Formats: sequence, structure tokens, C-alpha cells
Amino acid sequence: MSIADKYGDVFRQEAEERLAEMEEVILLIESNPDDTDAINRLFRAAHTIKGSGAMYGFDEMAGFTHHLETLLEKVRDREVAVSKPLIDQVLASRDQIIAMLAAAHGGPPVNAAGTRRIVAALKSFLPGAEDKAEPARPAHKTRKPGKKGGKAGAKTTATWRIVFRPNPDFFRSGNDPLLALEELSGHGECEVVAQTDHMLPFEDFNPEECQLYWDIILTTASDLNAIKDVFIFIEDMCAITIQELGGGGLLDAEAPPPRLGEILVERGYVSPEAVKEELRHQNRLGDLLTQSGQVSAEKVAAALLEQEALAKQQAALKKESLRVPALKLDALVNLVGELVVNQARLSQISSTLESHDLATSVEEANRLAADLRDIVLNIRMMPIGTTFSRFTRLVRDLSGDLSKEVQLITEGAETEMDKTVIDRLVDPLVHLIRNSLDHGIEQPTEREAAGKPRRGTIRLVAQHKGDRVVISVEDDGRGLNRERIHRKAVEKGLVPPDKLLTETEIMHLIFHPGFSTAAAVTDVSGRGVGMDVVKREIAALRGSVDISSRPGAGTTIALGLPLTLAIIDGLLVRVADQRFVIPLSVIEECLELNREHFVLGTGRNVIAFRGQTIPVIRLREVFEVDAEKPPWEETVVTNCGGEQIGFVVDRVIGNYQTVIKSLGKFYQNVEAISGATILGDGDVALVLDVAGLLRMATDGGGEGGRLHLSDRQAAFA
Amino acid sequence: MAKVIMTVDDSPSITKVVTMTLKGAGYEVVEAGDGKQALAKLKASPVNMLITDLNMPNMDGITLIKEVRKDERFKWIPIIMLTTESQDSKKQEGKAAGASGWIVKPFTPEQLLAVVKKVLK
Repeated sequence: MSIADKYGDVFRQEAEERLAEMEEVILLIESNPDDTDAINRLFRAAHTIKGSGAMYGFDEMAGFTHHLETLLEKVRDREVAVSKPLIDQVLASRDQIIAMLAAAHGGPPVNAAGTRRIVAALKSFLPGAEDKAEPARPAHKTRKPGKKGGKAGAKTTATWRIVFRPNPDFFRSGNDPLLALEELSGHGECEVVAQTDHMLPFEDFNPEECQLYWDIILTTASDLNAIKDVFIFIEDMCAITIQELGGGGLLDAEAPPPRLGEILVERGYVSPEAVKEELRHQNRLGDLLTQSGQVSAEKVAAALLEQEALAKQQAALKKESLRVPALKLDALVNLVGELVVNQARLSQISSTLESHDLATSVEEANRLAADLRDIVLNIRMMPIGTTFSRFTRLVRDLSGDLSKEVQLITEGAETEMDKTVIDRLVDPLVHLIRNSLDHGIEQPTEREAAGKPRRGTIRLVAQHKGDRVVISVEDDGRGLNRERIHRKAVEKGLVPPDKLLTETEIMHLIFHPGFSTAAAVTDVSGRGVGMDVVKREIAALRGSVDISSRPGAGTTIALGLPLTLAIIDGLLVRVADQRFVIPLSVIEECLELNREHFVLGTGRNVIAFRGQTIPVIRLREVFEVDAEKPPWEETVVTNCGGEQIGFVVDRVIGNYQTVIKSLGKFYQNVEAISGATILGDGDVALVLDVAGLLRMATDGGGEGGRLHLSDRQAAFA
Repeated sequence: MAKVIMTVDDSPSITKVVTMTLKGAGYEVVEAGDGKQALAKLKASPVNMLITDLNMPNMDGITLIKEVRKDERFKWIPIIMLTTESQDSKKQEGKAAGASGWIVKPFTPEQLLAVVKKVLK
């Protein structure tokens, strides 16, 4: 039920009284224009009708009376002189109000044209302006636009920094700071931080004094005046600063949000020098400034909130990064791969045509294709650090289980790699870290006895080395026990007891399938599966595994990995009319084979290389190429995880960078091949899986690579 | 004990709305038709809060606020002004005189109660 329904009679009665009073005083004024008391009464009557009319919902009446009130105010302030025409219009206005009141209570509708005519006439008496803007509802709050014209009208938001610091005797004035804070929060998104650094120590504390003050970050569509209005009744009892953030204009969506240090300096909490000094330590600035007593934690919190609010506003302005299904990216990479291959072919054709114009545009297209390829591949790049956090957790949990004290230090988390590579790296890294924890790091007491700190350290480091990323897991544990490894390998029949092995060879034995030196099988590691899986997985990523260890000082296992799986830097070789690509990352050297390389008296699959004897695989035999052998063959010596193996080919063609295409379903399980690529002339070249070929050779799986470690032993005999 | 609020207005219709609203919320209400009456009633029996119009005969709202503030006993009584003026000049004037807040007419009973509750909290 509205007010008008409830108390409408009260209003009607009042209005009628006022209208009667108006008529009476108008006539008084006509006879005595200087009767200020009468003029005041007239003004008040109009004012009351306007105010009450609006309260009771008689908007038309209130709106109309507003014009009369405006004119009468000028008359009262002696800005407009009383005259006969003015008296006439005031009387006409009064009669119009009576008509409106009657209309509201069932009378005939008011003549709208008459209302408009009277309003125009009333306005004509006002000094200067013929046509002043009139509010539709006079009593409505109208806000003056802010300093920046048009700002209040447009629905733009701004972020304000407000520091509200009541005087100590604030409470005694009967005011409550909370009221102001609540009102402020009604204006928009509001963050408030109470500052406590002015609080007196407990023994001096006076609960009747206000020792708190507040930092407020307000993001609102309201203008400065509206914000000031909140404090209007208390501004004498407190210190208030209101500043618009973002330089007074719209925030620049492109610019980074201001840094914490910049905000603190701008607020005058710290000097720029202090910030610079602390920044040198490269730690969390807020913590540092707090610790050094330059600024309180609450002030830092307030500054951080400000930073957040600004960043949020910017984020709203700026399109954020896009999430794209990995499938789409894969399709893109694939297409770009095709494009690059096709481009190479085009380039080759162009070179035979000797057309200058064609060559120029093909060259340009080459450049564009290369740029496109780089960008597309870069899209897949992610910092490896995204996986590092899980290792921290792993080490924490495992060291608890094993009652060891271990810390994990990670470095190079920002190193970028292809997401596929990163994903496939997780399992091998988990295994390596588990091994370090279980077998490498000793019990705290054992460490103390050895003069080492109780707490062991595992370092997980990623870094770029050329076009590869090296990820190493280092521990400061007991190191590998070469004797035990060798003994174990002999026991298991992996190596003959009298075979001489290099340090590296012995250490690489731990990657042999089924090898485990742990005295007992634990939950953590030591099931005898693992290190060989690690090696196989890394090899599948065209990566390498290196191991180094010093007894008592620790072990480092370094994984060398390509940045991406989609592109390969390889060496193109030829056997008869077939071409193959050998990943450049595993290649050590290329040799021209001649008779003296072959170790006499042994099988034909071993050659002497730099004082060592290494097995070789004839690709001609592996792939059953049935063609005549050239008089001189070449060998590409590779090193895969510490084991050297040579590939005998007809001819080494040269370096070749290409996009790898995965093989169809039928060929995916072929061990010797990891992929294929299309050459510039449209032919297909197979990419050799060096690790797979090595495995074939050592397991005796390959027809042409019937090789065993025992063969090498024979070579020494 | 119910809090006592004095409403000061020369308009019976506004007074009616204010009084009925406040009584409905459990407050005790004292009515005054202008500043002079209000001051006299206040001195006879103090109240917890004043709600006053500005434009009134005999003594206007601003003068009333000044007079109330002059008296040691009433220095901290919350005073809310009822105004149709939203100009800063009126607010500033009332504030300078010692008002604690204002409500702009027209207001709904709910808005009035919200302000009263806030101030009396």
C-alpha cells in the first residue's frame, strides 16, 4: 500500500490549506511588494507542495510546482522583482495546482497545454536563461558532472584510492567510521584495509579514541562528488584523501599494471631508493619492505589490493589469452608441416627453372613459411616449470615415508619446451627423483657420519643447450657403487665376469632391462623396472641420457631433449636409392670406411673407432636394400645413452631440417623407424630410431644386427 | 526502552509519513511544526535523535541545528535533515551547522528506516 493510499487525505488537506494560504499572501504581496515575510510564506508554501507532492507520488504536481518554487526563490532572494505579470502567473500556477489536485482525486484531467504555457511563462521571468534544464522529478538527486566533462553521464568506471583517517576524538562526535565505509561499499567494488600502525601499545590504549585508519580501493561508476558526499558530515573530524588511479584517464589496457613498489612510492610510504635497494635482493618486495620495517604489512596489503583492482580493470579491458583445444593446434602444426615440405619442393623446382621472378617470390614464400613454422611451433611451447611443482610435493611426501630429510631445488622452470615433450617427461622424471631419494640420499645419521649435512638435496635443473634442453636430476647422496653394479650385472648374466668395462659403461648398466641393485624391493623404487623404461622413453623423445657419479658425493642424470618433436635436425643419408634421416643429436662423427677400420678376425659388424671397438649396423641389411654396394661406404657413428653404434650407409648427403610426419598405424610399432619426412623432391625419407636399432642390435632382434655385448668382448680377445 | 525520535516539519503530510513509519518500527515519536517548537520540546524532554525539515516558518532547520548544537547537553544528538535540495551548498550549510546526515525527499518509508537504524546503531 502506497503512502498516498494510506495518508492521501492528510496530503490533500495540507495542500488545500497551502493553496489557500498562497492566494492570501499573493494578494498581500501585490499590495506590498516589499513584504518579505509574505514572500517567504509564499515560497515555503510552494516548497511544501512540491516536497509533499513528490512524497505522495504526485509527480506531475511536484514537477510543475518546482518551476514555481524556482521563480519564487529568486523573488525571495531579490533577484527577480515583483510585477503585475508575475503576480498573474503565480496566481495562474496556483489555480493549475488546484486543478491537478482535483484531477488526482477524481476530477477532470488537467489541460497539459495550459501547464506547458504557464511553465514557459514562469521561466520567462528568470534572469538570463530562457530555457534552463528542468529535472523530470524535481526532488530527484542530481549530481553535478565531475571535473572531466561528460564523465558522469557515461557509464565509465574508475578506480579510486581513498585514505580515510578519523581524528582520535572521532567517536566522541557520535560518528561511526563503519557508516562511511558501508556507504562507500554501496558505490561499487570496494576493498578496505584497516591500518593499525597508529595503534598505541596496550597499556596506553584508549578505547574511546579512534586509532585505526583505512585504505580503500573503490572501483565505481560514481564521480568524485558522489564519493566526497559520503564524507561530507565527517570531513572536519578526519583526514581524507581521494585520488583517482590510472592517471585520471581511462586505464591503458596494454600497459602492465603498476608494480607494487611504484604504488608504495606513489603513496609516499617508502622512498624510491628504499625500493631499489630491496629489489636488489630479488625477493618478494612486500615481505622485504615489511621485514625491514619500512612499511607495515597492512600498507603492503592495501597496495597489493590496489594493484589487484587495477589489474582486474585492465583484464576486463583486455582480451585475455585464448584456450584452444590441443587437437586444433596439432592440426595447425600438421598443416604447417605440409606447407614447409611443399615449399621446399617448390623451391627445388624453381631452382631448375632459372626464372628470376619466380625465384624471388619463392624465396619470399620460403621466408614466410619458415616464420610461420617457427610461430606455430612456438605456440606449443610451455615453460617446463608447470610440472616442477608436482615434484616438490613428491619429494616432500616420499622423504617422509623414507624418514629422510630431503629438499628439492628447482632451477630453470621458465625453460620452454614443446608441451608433448613436457607431458611425456613427467614419468621419467618421477622415476629419476624417486631413485635419487631411495637409493641416492642416505639416512640423516649416515649423512652426518659422512660429514654431510643431515638434509640431502636434490636439484632439478632445466637449461637450454643449443637447440636442446638439458634436464638434470642431481643428488648429493652416496653416488653409484660401481663394484656392486658390476657384480650384479655379472650375477644376472648381463656381462661376462671377465669383461673389462669403462666407468661409463658400468654406470649405464643400470639402464639395462631387469637390472636392480637395491637390497630390498621397496615401495618407492627398486622393482627392477624403471631405469630401462626411463631410457626407452627418453630415446623415444629423441633424447639422450647421460649419467655421472662420484662415490660419496652424489649422482647426476642428465636428459638431453629436443625442443620439439615436430621438427628434426637430421643428417640425410642414402643407401642405394633409399634415403634416411638420422637425428643430428645422436651423431658423433661420420667416417669413410676402409679396410683398416674393420677389426680382423672378428665378425664383420665391428669396427675400430678411435681406439675403441664399436658395433656397426648396415642399413642395407636392416632394410633389405637389394642393390649393388658402392666401392666405398660411409659410417655414421652415433652415441645413444653412452653406447656407441655405427650405421653403415652408401653416402652421407648432408644436414637436413625437416618436419616429421608420424607413420600410419601399420608402421607405428616398427622399432627401427620413428617417423617419416617428405623430401623436397616429393620422396619419403624414413627417420631412424637410433635407440630402437641399438636395442635390436643388443637384443639380437635385428637380422643384420646380430650383435651382443659378447661380440665386443670377442673383439678384445 | 524505545528510542525517542523528534520529527520537525511544517508539512503535516510529511510529518504523518515520518511519524507513522517510525512508530511502525517501534520508535517513540515527538512531533514539532517548526524549529522554535522543536527547541522548546527538546529542552523539556531530551530525545535520541532529530529529523528536521529545512524550510520552515519561525525557525528554519539550519538555525534549529545550530541552536541544538549550542547546548552542551544536545551536542551529540544525531540530526538528520530532510531536504529536497541536493545541491552541495545546502548539505554543506547543514553540515557546517552540525547535522549528522540527510535524506533527500522524496523518500520511501524503507529508506527512512534504513537511515535511522544506521544512525542509531
